[in-house]
Amino acid sequence: MKASAFAYARATSVTNALELLTAHGERAKVLSGGQSLLPAMNLRLVAPEFIIDIGELAELRGVVVREGVLTIGALTRHADLLKSPEIATHAPLLADAVAHVAHPAIRTRGTIGGSLAHADPASELPACMLALGATIIARGPNGERRIAASEFFVGIYETALKPEELLVAVELPVSPKNSTHFFHEFARRHGDYAIVGLAAQAFVRDGRFANLRLGFFAVGDRPLLAKSAGKLVDVVITSAVLAEASSALNDELDPLEDQQATPAMRRHLAKVLLARCVSSLLDRPDLYAGVSA
Amino acid sequence: MTTAVAISLVVNGEHVEANVLPRLNLADFLREHLELTGTHVGCEHGVCGACTVRLNGDIVRSCLLLAVQTHNATVETIEGVSDSGEIADLQSAFRERNALQCGFCTPGMLMAAQDLLKQSPCPGREQIREHLSGNYCRCTGYQAIVDAIEITARARAGRLP
Repeated sequence: MKASAFAYARATSVTNALELLTAHGERAKVLSGGQSLLPAMNLRLVAPEFIIDIGELAELRGVVVREGVLTIGALTRHADLLKSPEIATHAPLLADAVAHVAHPAIRTRGTIGGSLAHADPASELPACMLALGATIIARGPNGERRIAASEFFVGIYETALKPEELLVAVELPVSPKNSTHFFHEFARRHGDYAIVGLAAQAFVRDGRFANLRLGFFAVGDRPLLAKSAGKLVDVVITSAVLAEASSALNDELDPLEDQQATPAMRRHLAKVLLARCVSSLLDRPDLYAGVSA
Repeated sequence: MTTAVAISLVVNGEHVEANVLPRLNLADFLREHLELTGTHVGCEHGVCGACTVRLNGDIVRSCLLLAVQTHNATVETIEGVSDSGEIADLQSAFRERNALQCGFCTPGMLMAAQDLLKQSPCPGREQIREHLSGNYCRCTGYQAIVDAIEITARARAGRLP
């Protein structure tokens, strides 16, 4: 189908975009890469009256590393993230994850800010933000607001952004030296919506997790930073410890049903990912023996 | 405000000026306004890849781009890359290897394949499949398409099969 009619304005600066947002508020949608918004409009799932196109705001695009903080502009495209040496060095989890975001022709347009503001519970980047402890920077008529990723995603396609606010950047702490990561998702076809996925960041010392952050996606109405990861930190991991963490994870999940999978299947796959992740990060094939997807 | 917006862009090397409604997507603009019907419209939500074109040198879904977003941009369609001879060898490999039957997906397949061959001259079959993962073929099957791309890559690298 085709999108229904709307009015259109091309923002000339961030200030101009904020003025347009203030004037049109909830009737308006911000268009960045358009790779989630335009399908939804073509399918008539949404019909905004007003589109504010921020695609030309070059000031919002790019990656900067300064004093241990990686700042990624909202309009940085998935293809930019894949090619960026700064991302490869300081946030390799993100580089791995982006390779799973849709297909090449979509990655050339889709942006990190758009993906986060859209807040699809099945998308990869919101879960990475949780695992990496990101801060989302929003600008509104009264200045900037910093929102922890853990407070940002509040439901399906729902975030802590106010109608008159624009997501302008995200900040990530540079991944510490010797930290490790894991990313995997189950999908029908490479690049399709994940059935269940996991983005994990860890620090392993003497065969134990000194730190472990597990960002699950497509397991509920928003990405989940699993508290059950705590059961795996600073302990010798045995099959019994892993089984306990897996059971705690099960209690945290609230998977939705759709054409792709039942909640029971999603619970099963999330636990498979947990075992696969722990086994891979600790280089302990024994912990994954007998587990199958 | 839902009135037409003036845009100016370059399509296949020719300068184009037009007034378009904001809701018009690039695929429909190319097909209906410029009569460049080689760009096909399949799913209209970015899944099938039939509408793949190049925007400023990179492949994009023309159904997920508004025509108004292409103001000041350079667009290349299957007509452009065919007429210039840029993909003549890829097209004959598709023909010789029977990599098309109905032909609906072929323009998008060719655009995606050429994009891959520009970035990586000797891709493996897995890499070809991954780059084409966003392009659906519903009749020929992918084996022959991957073969045709692999044959072209080898020929371009001077290593004829």
